[in-house]
Amino acid sequence: MVKRTGARSLSVKIASLKLKNPVMTASGTFGYGEEYAEFIDLNRLGAIVVKGLSITPRLGNPTPRVVETPAGMLNAIGLQNIGVKAFVKDKLPFLRQFKVPVVANFFGDTVHEYVSAARELSKAEGVNALEMNISCPNKQEGWIVFGTDPKSMDGVITEVRKATDLPLIVKLSPNVTDIGRMARVAENAGADALSVMNTIRGMVVDIRRRKPVLANNTGGLSGPAIRPVAVQMVWDTCRAVSIPVIGMGGIMTAGDALEFLIAGAVAIAVGTANFVNPVATLEIIEGIEKFLAEEGVSDINDIIGSLRVNE
Amino acid sequence: MSKFFTCEIVGNSGQNANFKLLTLQPASQIIAPKPGQFYMIQTGTACDPLLKRPFSIYNFEQNHLSFLYRIRGKGTLSLSQLREGDVLQVIGPLGNSYPEPDGDFIAVAGGIGIASLLPLIRKYRQRAYLFYGAMNTGDLVMLEETRELAKEIFITTDDGSDGQKGWITHAVKDFLGELKIANQPSPRRKGALSIYACGPVPMLKALSEITRAAGLPCYASMEEHMACGIGACLGCVVKIADKRASLQRGAEAAGQFIYKRVCKEGPIFNIEDIVW
Ligand SMILES: Cc1cc2nc3c(=O)[nH]c(=O)nc-3n(C[C@H](O)[C@H](O)[C@H](O)COP(=O)(O)OP(=O)(O)OC[C@H]3O[C@@H](n4cnc5c(N)ncnc54)[C@H](O)[C@@H]3O)c2cc1C
Ligand SMILES: Cc1cc2nc3c(=O)[nH]c(=O)nc-3n(C[C@H](O)[C@H](O)[C@H](O)COP(=O)(O)O)c2cc1C
Ligand code: FES
Repeated sequence: MVKRTGARSLSVKIASLKLKNPVMTASGTFGYGEEYAEFIDLNRLGAIVVKGLSITPRLGNPTPRVVETPAGMLNAIGLQNIGVKAFVKDKLPFLRQFKVPVVANFFGDTVHEYVSAARELSKAEGVNALEMNISCPNKQEGWIVFGTDPKSMDGVITEVRKATDLPLIVKLSPNVTDIGRMARVAENAGADALSVMNTIRGMVVDIRRRKPVLANNTGGLSGPAIRPVAVQMVWDTCRAVSIPVIGMGGIMTAGDALEFLIAGAVAIAVGTANFVNPVATLEIIEGIEKFLAEEGVSDINDIIGSLRVNE
Repeated sequence: MSKFFTCEIVGNSGQNANFKLLTLQPASQIIAPKPGQFYMIQTGTACDPLLKRPFSIYNFEQNHLSFLYRIRGKGTLSLSQLREGDVLQVIGPLGNSYPEPDGDFIAVAGGIGIASLLPLIRKYRQRAYLFYGAMNTGDLVMLEETRELAKEIFITTDDGSDGQKGWITHAVKDFLGELKIANQPSPRRKGALSIYACGPVPMLKALSEITRAAGLPCYASMEEHMACGIGACLGCVVKIADKRASLQRGAEAAGQFIYKRVCKEGPIFNIEDIVW
């Protein structure tokens, strides 16, 4: 294709993965892509990240699973999913029709489950990268969340690294004291890139019934309410490691996305915004293009990490 | 025609203190809804309330959508404060619809559940035996309209301020009992007299026992907290009996269930399949 004069380049790279623009979908907010195909042309996305997968199917939690909070929401879906096998057989063929990289998000209860899921997904035609959700408790280590304990985290990433040749993105949990330290653990254990961040733990109480609203008692907070926290965590992470960082948390508009890119994220993911506005991803892509035009910048890579920190 | 569109509010008026009728004029031609389907409607103008709220289609006429809603919490309160001329984003029509009735039918509405059933009653004029239960007389809305449309109306209120005092499911049970004694179900009955219901879970659960005993098909519209309304978040699930497990393993698999999404596989389910 001949480049029009003045055409702007939105393409970015996450390890060996090339994206036509930096706008991805956040795992668990975009199903397996099908639900959104009637609203947007999936081909226009930078990448599709699918709902978290485990080696065997998961039923998930009882309801209520979601509740709205000020400018956000709590969810405790309980990682309901159809399992790796059914995903490869029933969902991947649909996704293969599109010219968009597919990132398979996965998790497990044990190191073995993580490794099995990573191995199976790496064999499947049409999976272009893996995103590892480490915000899950380790069944064999007293239910400590992998992503909050440097030792468990190092162990599980090291083993998964051996099981796959695909670009491996590790998705960090914000429920830690020093995200920079956790980021370095992931980098040293073999991560090719990092996603920052997963949801923040939260709780809502029904004061009449004196009970938590969610059946699971607690849930993960997402949406605009968490955005400033996420921007700061992305900034901290970018300073701690040299691998690329994908930023997410409360992105609703192109302006929000640009905050993350300027803070150092190479790409961004749109989550809760998809629920509010099923065409949010496309509006964000168009908004970023418009911003580049207004700023007279021809390549998005000149924006990434361009933050001018106050002395 | 996209299922995601903007609308202008052309009416948002009170039926009484708790209920309002919202009428929207879409900016473009939209897909016509079927009885039982719903829409996700923006309820505020900034990020709070953030998520859209689900509302059943109440009427669709001349490309105008209307919704009957009850003010309940943050979202519906915010919606009630919007004015004519305000513009909202809407997604729909969503979900499945009530299966077509075969001859006359019974509609069982609990409170605001009437909103979901009215399009069915309107479409099949003079064919519904409507059972309408509410807390009190103030919670009964749209009675004039329903009187014209339904074949017969039975009303119960919890406090006896209108109709019979008691539960609507008792009235349904008595009615079915009388039909059986008279042995002349309904003049236009071809297949079995089918039952359609929308209301609170305790009502639906009680109804499921009655319809099972009577051997009549019953379709219930279910409610759950929703984030997306389009099948992506898995927030809105209900327990549905796992037929495959019971076929394979018989009694041992009794009580086993799978989750189905109210927004996608529902909101209408065969009441027999629901695990309460
Ligand atoms: C398919 C479907 C169709 C619906 N159709 C209508 C309709 O036509 N008219 C109408 O008035 N309402 C309808 N509802 C219910 C309506 O969506 C809720 O009343 C509304 O979302 C409440 O929002 P809120 O912010 O005002 O209340 P919130 O502050 O969110 O909640 C107030 C109370 O309602 C409970 N609640 C919130 N959402 C739901 C829900 N979806 N199901 C059950 N309990 C809930 C909360 O736990 C809380 O106790 C429908 C719901 C569904 C799922
Ligand atoms: C309903 C819901 C389900 C989610 N499921 C997953 C999941 O399966 N795996 C995962 O790594 N993250 C999951 N997330 C987290 C999101 O991918 C994202 O990191 C987070 O929501 C912050 O972004 P947002 O504020 O834009 O939504 C989920 C979030 C939501 C709201
Ligand atoms: S509301 Fe999101 S899946 Fe039904």
